[in-house]
Amino acid sequence: MKAGAPCPYRAVTFRLVPVPVITATGLTKRYGELVAVAGIDLEVAPGESFGLLGPNGAGKSTTMRMIGAVSTRTSGDLQVLGLDPDTHGPEIRSQLGVVPQEDNLDTELRVRDNLIVYGRYFGIPRAECGRRADELLAFAQLEEKSKAKVDDLSGGMKRRLTIARALVNNPRVLMLDEPTTGLDPQARHVLWDRLFRLKERGTTLVLTTHYMDEAEQLCDRLVVVDEGRIMAEGSPASLIREHSSREVVELRFGSRRNEAAAERLEGLGDRVETLPDRVLVYAGDGEAVLEQVARLGLHPTTSLVRRSSLEDVFLRLTGRSLIE
Amino acid sequence: MTATTTSEPTRTGGVRALYSGNAGAVLGRGLLAARSSTWVVVVSGFFEPVFFLLAMGVGLGTYIGDVALPSGREIPYAAYIAPALLAVSAMNGAVYDSTWNVFFKMHFGKLYQAMMATSLGPLDVALGEIGYALLRGVVYATGFLTVMQLMGLNLSWTAILTLPAVLLIAFGFASLGMAVTSYMSTFQQMDWINFVLLPMFLFSATFFPLSVYPEPLQWLIQALPLWHGVELIRGLTTGELDGATAVHVGYYAALVAIGVVVTTRRLRALFLD
Amino acid sequence: MTTLDEATGAAMAGAVRPRRFGALYVAEHQLRAMRSYGWTIVIGGLGQPLLYLLGLGLGLATFLDVPVGFGPDGPVPYVTFVAPALLATAAISVTTEEFTYTVMAGFKWRRIFWGMNASPIAPAQVVGGLVLAVGARMVFVSTAYALLIWAFGAVGNAWAVAVLPLLGLLGGLAFGLPLLAYSASLRDDAGQFAAVQRFVFTPMFLFSGTFYPLSTLPVWLHWIGWVSPLWHASELGRAVSYGAPMSGTTVAVHLAVLLGLTVGGWFVARRVFVGRMHG
Repeated sequence: MKAGAPCPYRAVTFRLVPVPVITATGLTKRYGELVAVAGIDLEVAPGESFGLLGPNGAGKSTTMRMIGAVSTRTSGDLQVLGLDPDTHGPEIRSQLGVVPQEDNLDTELRVRDNLIVYGRYFGIPRAECGRRADELLAFAQLEEKSKAKVDDLSGGMKRRLTIARALVNNPRVLMLDEPTTGLDPQARHVLWDRLFRLKERGTTLVLTTHYMDEAEQLCDRLVVVDEGRIMAEGSPASLIREHSSREVVELRFGSRRNEAAAERLEGLGDRVETLPDRVLVYAGDGEAVLEQVARLGLHPTTSLVRRSSLEDVFLRLTGRSLIE
Repeated sequence: MTATTTSEPTRTGGVRALYSGNAGAVLGRGLLAARSSTWVVVVSGFFEPVFFLLAMGVGLGTYIGDVALPSGREIPYAAYIAPALLAVSAMNGAVYDSTWNVFFKMHFGKLYQAMMATSLGPLDVALGEIGYALLRGVVYATGFLTVMQLMGLNLSWTAILTLPAVLLIAFGFASLGMAVTSYMSTFQQMDWINFVLLPMFLFSATFFPLSVYPEPLQWLIQALPLWHGVELIRGLTTGELDGATAVHVGYYAALVAIGVVVTTRRLRALFLD
Repeated sequence: MTTLDEATGAAMAGAVRPRRFGALYVAEHQLRAMRSYGWTIVIGGLGQPLLYLLGLGLGLATFLDVPVGFGPDGPVPYVTFVAPALLATAAISVTTEEFTYTVMAGFKWRRIFWGMNASPIAPAQVVGGLVLAVGARMVFVSTAYALLIWAFGAVGNAWAVAVLPLLGLLGGLAFGLPLLAYSASLRDDAGQFAAVQRFVFTPMFLFSGTFYPLSTLPVWLHWIGWVSPLWHASELGRAVSYGAPMSGTTVAVHLAVLLGLTVGGWFVARRVFVGRMHG
């Protein structure tokens, strides 16, 4: 907040209840008969890192496109930076950075030129574009690839370049649609590290993901979305606390014996969930459950006690697995 | 380890490593793909020379009248350019199939990598692709020859021999095209192929006799492949056969031989080394 | 941290330049990308006219028994007659590449239109930028042609050398913008572009009075000329180049058809782009 803000009361109010940068109420998108987004309410505060977690086809990307002012809503209300995307699309987009699910870098231009050309779309003067390009190449750890062809970059490098490109206008809100899908574990960690730095700088992040570890790593707060609706909302820790137990015991009896074993496990822990390949027992104390299983005379081929994750939350809320 | 001494297998690496005698499988795939591709594109290969024949031969022919052959015999303009258009269409089809098509499959479709993972060798692929191009070429040529017959532009019974001649011409261009394509790595380089085709198309006695040019230019054109193709086909449809006909056939036989040898070498370098 | 009012203000300010100059930014991008095949454009732009003028204008012309084109003072050389039509053809043929495969690439292969869409650029500005960049290429190609025609002495006056490229541009847009609208409506290329090339462009090139007056063709083929931007542009070009006799009404009709196709095509193309990018 700049010194000498016009109204001190406002600044105080702001600190207590931050004015959201994104507000949606009853946000709906229909394509003919198909309802992609079925009345979503959400608010994103400045500097917050906000996630939409859900399986493919849940309506996450459509919601992102509406917030990104490239898809007109069917009904409901939506304000981004205090503006209506229907009437102020270019204004809103001038303050957003967008990292799409599928890279759309220009393969006919070299790495640095991609940043410059993109900067021009925001009306940034050519010389300034060049300066920012160099800065962003450093941030994305791509300085040595400045003159390389886009096609010669690895998948992780392309993603980092896409993120660098999304930052060329110093966006207030960075929107990331499935940022690490398709990357190997090492490339994902490099990318998370870069996003974490942005978060520390105070950039608002809005991201979709169907990876719970990603949501846990990056999001302060998230909504679980399924079939165009919000199923739950909260911080990763609070969601786990509310919708799952502290620990989970994973038992594998072999695909044909899981069902039968599950029947005998009924009553153990808080809840028993049977999946095709394993049986999950939710409980506060996993080790205690394991002992009970042994006392019942059941001998799983493998057993594992782990902490509850968002995957379990999702399973609880929808009865389905996140990655199918 | 057993002590039996097996004779060290000789490193043949010759044709056996490149060719499994199964070019037919590649050709068959081409036919299947053609069936599922848009029929308009396949059909268009027939219509293009017909359009040219009607517009230039018939339309422009009204301003030109008869054209003299080297023997001094005068024939209608349409009968003069029709065989040339047939040779051009054989060239275009063969070049397209052996350059753009092959280039795309090699660099983008990754089709060849998949084929190489089977028992097929590079030469199977090359011959299969060329075979498919030739088959298409002959079908188009038959159609065009029928149109010529209906329009009364086949002046001699030897016109029927244009079918094998078209095969030879297409084979020559296809093997040459494939050899050239094996050296290409970018789309921009591929564009140069068009820059070679256009002048050949316009100047190889296609639309008018070579006599308009100064002598050195005539020699240059006579060194290029299309001129031999045009003259070969024109000789057959007009019935003007002489020693030159044999030269044209020999030219293409040499072209085929060189093209196949170079292509084989390159494929070995690209896929096996 | 900033207040919402400050953010809203920044947004309002941030969109001023993109709203005003967005189409120019898109054109800048397209022209930069064209540099990667710049040599093809230059060599093709100069080489092709040279070959056609030599081959058809001079080579073929020697075999013509009857004059084909007439100016106010009688017959004109054949090369003078075909040159304006060849120039318009060259401008139009730019669009069979830039308004087909390039558009499919923008939406599907290179996907760069989606990158533009996430920026403050509006879909209509994407169309505007494409038209500017491709228009620039058409002007380059037609200007090279006009200068060569001049060098061949196949044009009546220097004034025509300046006007012919503009007619090339108009012809190119009249053909290209409806094509752009069509290309943008396609989700996939299953041979449609090749079909356009062979069943629309080639017949148009051959039967639009390019090589001889339309009246030479049987009456039932004249419609090809009437709907063909190439014929309208060629006829105007002949009037400009060597004063081919033409009534004021005819000039107006030719211009009206070319402008109508351009404006109509542009309008539809914009709608298709908006529908696809902001649906």
